Amino acid sequence: MLIFEQARPGRRNYSQAPTTTADADGIPEQFRRKKQPLLPEVSEMDTVRHYTRLSQKNFSIDTEFYPLGSCTMKYNPRACNALAMLPQFLGRHPLAPEDTGQGFLACMYDLQEILKDVTGMAGMSLAPMAGAQGELIGVMMIRAYHESRGDYERTEIIVPDAAHGTNPATAVMCGFKVVEIATDKEGNVDLNALKAAVGPQTAGLMLTNPSTLGVFEENVTEMSRVVHEAGGLLYYDGANLNAVLGKVKPGDMGFDVIHINLHKTFSTPHGGGGPGSAPVGVAKRLLPFLPVPFVVFENGAYRWVAEKEMPQSIGRLSAHMGNAGVLLRAYIYVRLLGRDGMHRVAEFATLNANYLMAELKKAGFEIAYPTRRASHEFIVTLKDAKEKTGLTAMNLAKRLLDKGFHAPTTYFPILVPECLLIEPAETESKQTLDAFVTAMKEILTEIQEQPDMVKNAPHTMPLRKLDDVKAARELDLCWRPDA
Amino acid sequence: MPFIPHTQEDIAEMLTSIGADSIETLFDEIPDNLKSGGLNNVPPGLSEMEITRLMMERANQDGFYQNFIGAGAYEHHIPAAVWQITTRGEFYSSYTPYQAEASQGTLQLLYEYQTMMASLTGMDVSNASLYDGATALAEAVLMAVRSHRSSRRILMPQTVHPVYKKVVRAIVGNQKIDIVELPFCTEAGRILPESLKKFDNEEFAALVIPQPNFFGVLEQVDELTDWAHSKKALAIGVVNPVSLALLTPPGEWGSDGADIAVGEGQPLGIPLSSGGPYFGFMACKNSLIRQLPGRVIGRTNDLDGKQGFVLTLQAREQHIRRSKATSNICTNQGLMVTAATIYMSLLGPDGLRRVAQHSHVNTVNLVQKLEKISGVKSVFSSPFFHEAALKLSKPVDDVLAEMKDKGILAGLNLQAFYPEMDNTLLVCATETKTAGDIQNYVTQFEQALQ
Repeated sequence: MLIFEQARPGRRNYSQAPTTTADADGIPEQFRRKKQPLLPEVSEMDTVRHYTRLSQKNFSIDTEFYPLGSCTMKYNPRACNALAMLPQFLGRHPLAPEDTGQGFLACMYDLQEILKDVTGMAGMSLAPMAGAQGELIGVMMIRAYHESRGDYERTEIIVPDAAHGTNPATAVMCGFKVVEIATDKEGNVDLNALKAAVGPQTAGLMLTNPSTLGVFEENVTEMSRVVHEAGGLLYYDGANLNAVLGKVKPGDMGFDVIHINLHKTFSTPHGGGGPGSAPVGVAKRLLPFLPVPFVVFENGAYRWVAEKEMPQSIGRLSAHMGNAGVLLRAYIYVRLLGRDGMHRVAEFATLNANYLMAELKKAGFEIAYPTRRASHEFIVTLKDAKEKTGLTAMNLAKRLLDKGFHAPTTYFPILVPECLLIEPAETESKQTLDAFVTAMKEILTEIQEQPDMVKNAPHTMPLRKLDDVKAARELDLCWRPDA
Repeated sequence: MPFIPHTQEDIAEMLTSIGADSIETLFDEIPDNLKSGGLNNVPPGLSEMEITRLMMERANQDGFYQNFIGAGAYEHHIPAAVWQITTRGEFYSSYTPYQAEASQGTLQLLYEYQTMMASLTGMDVSNASLYDGATALAEAVLMAVRSHRSSRRILMPQTVHPVYKKVVRAIVGNQKIDIVELPFCTEAGRILPESLKKFDNEEFAALVIPQPNFFGVLEQVDELTDWAHSKKALAIGVVNPVSLALLTPPGEWGSDGADIAVGEGQPLGIPLSSGGPYFGFMACKNSLIRQLPGRVIGRTNDLDGKQGFVLTLQAREQHIRRSKATSNICTNQGLMVTAATIYMSLLGPDGLRRVAQHSHVNTVNLVQKLEKISGVKSVFSSPFFHEAALKLSKPVDDVLAEMKDKGILAGLNLQAFYPEMDNTLLVCATETKTAGDIQNYVTQFEQALQ
């Protein structure tokens, strides 16, 4: 039942709103709302009960194994939330003077320095509010760099076909043409295709490494050379940084600009789809173009650097300074991990992925790139099962829900047919991985013996399979009392 | 090893299964020359007890102030239930609802949110949110240009939040969109509809209309909306959601209503927290649905005909359309919207109206008392909502510094954004301020001005 259907006219929460009945002085009638908005009239307990019950219809990291590839669904430590929500942090107005926020600014400054070290970059801005915005800012800086040199001929951004959809969408938002290049049989970017694609029109290459195919681009140094020699810059999509955290620095791989998804590698909550946060790091030559604001420490105090001091900055990308509360959570997380915790993240994420890949292979699943090491994720393809039984990756995904596991990412990357992109993350134990393998084996048997059971899954969720086609054809985006 | 559950025995068994002799072997495809030499600027790890001590010290260093700054971020009372429920693990640690059957909690909540926002703004539909108010305006500008086809020019009043204008310029700057600034009347503090006459022979994709505007002043939204429509341009309303419990919603401006409504969602249950995370909202007319960026939730049925909710209209989005998507955005501000939905449900239409009214009355009281002090007068003659500009006889920064020493953040120096507006203070008193707080402000202010 929707919250609106529980409402009754005149029901109110007396303790939650001011008791005043004073009229809004001085607001002329012409500006006033005539009809009250459709907000529910329910009691406080109705609200608490309704949304608590709704929460129970969600899978989450706190309740289930959630091996969603390319999303790094690791444990979100509770301390990060509790300490970011200290009342002094919550109550601080974004335009409050800097000397009333030295404690907060110290955290931001320390976070910038730690992220610079971990990524091997010369500068870091905490402003971007999501991975896609980090990408936008990164590509804007690439454009600003070329234009600052009077080089207006660089109109193309090269993107591998395995890349996240945000990469090409971002390049277009920055006014670039997208050139897609293919992946070779081993899952690496086709080096010859890259060589053929670069030229004086190349503004840059956007690369995820390890790639979304779950493998490390072995030729990254050569790729870097090819792009740089053509005068282009290298963009690092940090979606998979978790796989190499503390082991390899993007700066050492030759990248000029990067973004880091804090909601992946640095364990800030995914929150049902946001808020994210994606600091951007730059090599020395891109420092003048960093977005504002960022924090500096001078004469014993922390302060924001604003537009005036950064005449070549690409500007501001949020009303204030990005998702401060998310940044605090990431800061607390990096301090809990510390120096040695960083590389252990990569090591155990990689151990878990390779173990799961080995066990699933033994269980009879086809691995997309069987000769490669898994990074922190790997791909299973059900191409064969689809041909023989008609059952799809989506069918298996839905059946996994019945067995108490969130499904892996399905149908991405799109170049592997019937794929499941599986990323266990370092915080899962061997027992959990073993239980997942058992569930996957059971489904493999079911595909042979009870295909309808798999095809019609899920069976144990609050609802059965939902009709996406009806949703798109008969759009119903808002409840209406008269409908 | 924080948050890593592996025992030595686990590790040994796992490596045996893989056929590797050490964890390091698993990194053998990474060229040796790329392997990192170590981290110098990362301190050793802390225990939870130690980080708690550190964060408490830093929080205490910042302390508590009585806040009278608004300027786009407003301090309102947040019911305890809002964040207790929002931070339940099932909301906090879930992801984008790709598996609809295992995400009905988030999906139904977002559908309820869309319903509330569409009604609050008076529009047909709402998306599931964007990053913040500033980026929502940038997305509205892009949307207007996509739907208009022949014009890539946008009329942008100088009374729009100055940072929003900067963000719009940064985001749309590479797409050959021309932002034309529209000056305001310095006596009225708003756009004079008659000042638009000079643009009568020019073509625009949209006119942006802030309500209230950055100074708190109410714009002549009906006349502005009708003018935009007479030019076949879209009207984009930039609104404060709390104000909408009291003020005419964008969907009812002028004869036909604004076409797109956007704004900063923060006043709906989101703490100030140094500027984020907040959320941007965006609602529009039915005719613009296919141009709407961001996540959208639809109601549908399951195999048994039971009501359920899914992500819909995904054909607009980057993971399907890639370079042809309406936007590169792939998330909403899910957790913030969770809080806002619970907030709106707890307040209801009457509660939200009371919050708006009380905030406005507090600001009116404060302004009236301050105007009685010699050397203080209101800058603008027009009606306003819960925020006002005051001209002082002394530089604002001096007054603000003295007030700060008394524990009061007295407002914003408008000169930071409008260089020509010297000695001008922007002040806001929400429902969180008592009569005593306001009197204390006035007393301290009188001293600071001397």
